[in-house]
Amino acid sequence: MMTLLVRDLKLSVRAGGGALIGVLFFMTVVAVIPFGVGPDLNLLSRIGPAIVWIGALLSALLGLDRLFQTEREDGSLDLILMQEHPLVLTVLVKCLAHWIANCLPLVIASPLLGLFMNMSEVAIGAVALTLLVGSPALTFIGAVGAAVAVALPRGGLLVSILVLPLAIPVLIFGVSASYAAVEDPAPFMPPFLILSAITLFFAVLGPLGAALALRNGGD
Amino acid sequence: MTESLAITRFSDLANPTRFLSLAGRIIPWLAGLTLCLFAIGLYLSFTTEGDYQQGETVRIMYVHVPAAWLSMMCYTVMALSAIGTLVWRHPLADVSHKAAAPLGAAFTLIALATGSLWGKPMWGTWWVWDARLTSVFVLFLMYLGLIALNRAMDDPSKAARLSAVLILVGFVNIPIIKFSVEWWNTLHQPASVVRLDGPTIDPEFLIPLLVMAVAFTFLFFTLHLMAMRNEIWRRRVGAQRRMAARMAGRGT
Repeated sequence: MMTLLVRDLKLSVRAGGGALIGVLFFMTVVAVIPFGVGPDLNLLSRIGPAIVWIGALLSALLGLDRLFQTEREDGSLDLILMQEHPLVLTVLVKCLAHWIANCLPLVIASPLLGLFMNMSEVAIGAVALTLLVGSPALTFIGAVGAAVAVALPRGGLLVSILVLPLAIPVLIFGVSASYAAVEDPAPFMPPFLILSAITLFFAVLGPLGAALALRNGGD
Repeated sequence: MTESLAITRFSDLANPTRFLSLAGRIIPWLAGLTLCLFAIGLYLSFTTEGDYQQGETVRIMYVHVPAAWLSMMCYTVMALSAIGTLVWRHPLADVSHKAAAPLGAAFTLIALATGSLWGKPMWGTWWVWDARLTSVFVLFLMYLGLIALNRAMDDPSKAARLSAVLILVGFVNIPIIKFSVEWWNTLHQPASVVRLDGPTIDPEFLIPLLVMAVAFTFLFFTLHLMAMRNEIWRRRVGAQRRMAARMAGRGT
């Protein structure tokens, strides 16, 4: 399992900078917003957490179709399907590797973008923390979509369409926790705990569904 | 003994020809029953008095509430069929959830559209991002995603198995829709018909509502059976076309 994790990490770092493209896309999305709503710093600091979250959500979706696609192209997906380890565990490890390679850079980049959006220090910290806790859920949900669409020639867009509705709860609680950290009356912990619960829930359901889809989608 | 008999009956239906003959016999009756129920339901819903606060707009409820119930029931039917696809490999289950997706999307769209028409005079806005409305909108998007997935795949049995996985994962949304009005106390009113301490709605409105709900349910089953029949026929036509093409290729 560790070997698989290391292999996936190496592949994603070396094969054409996939993680870097995710971060670039994240920065571009966030940088486009001030052009759309105007450079009003007060407004930007108010909508900042939501913008950073939406940008992270979109860029997390961007790399998802690569989760199983390359394995299918070079045939190693069949080897993974045939090995003795439970497929669910393998999928879980692949998700973790994908998260470390693609979502963790987003979490690290988010404080910088928070500065661009004129957010307060507390808000920046809250957004980074909620992204750290919430983004694994996005990867786990996306794994199901990626496994379903792996057999399709161009499944990338379809993955996003299938996955986005399921990712909405993550977005809701992530953003509400970030706002609760800044605004006084609302407590921070309840939405944050629900967000953690969603992540844990999908950590179970996502790999199960993805493994089922991979088994059924094999040729 | 009876149980094994029931199982044989059920697996008898796996033969599409038997299903087609059964469907052919049932569909006219179901359609007739649906028409009668709709006649009664529409008559009742237009002859009852309007609400003292809401006036005539309360009649929107007789379409809105059954359509919303049906949008959730349709997804439940699809989830059951998805289990049938994955566990028993029942060939009709594949057809069933594929045929149900457009119906579910249509019912959800009706619920959303009538809800928005009702919301304009009552709440003063076409749309709010309330928990119930948002989760139903998510349901609508999931139906559309499933239809898109089914269209994108060439092989029908593979498409059925993959969309079955997705249907089961998406089923988490159904309890969220059901309990959204209780967990988040927002603009949409909580359940007033199906609750433990009996309905809190006046019988004058309840009876037409229930008749309309039963009518909508029968409408769903009629349309579902017809859509399944069409899907089987479509697959047969496809198979025969392929066979004819092969024969023609051999002939030259």
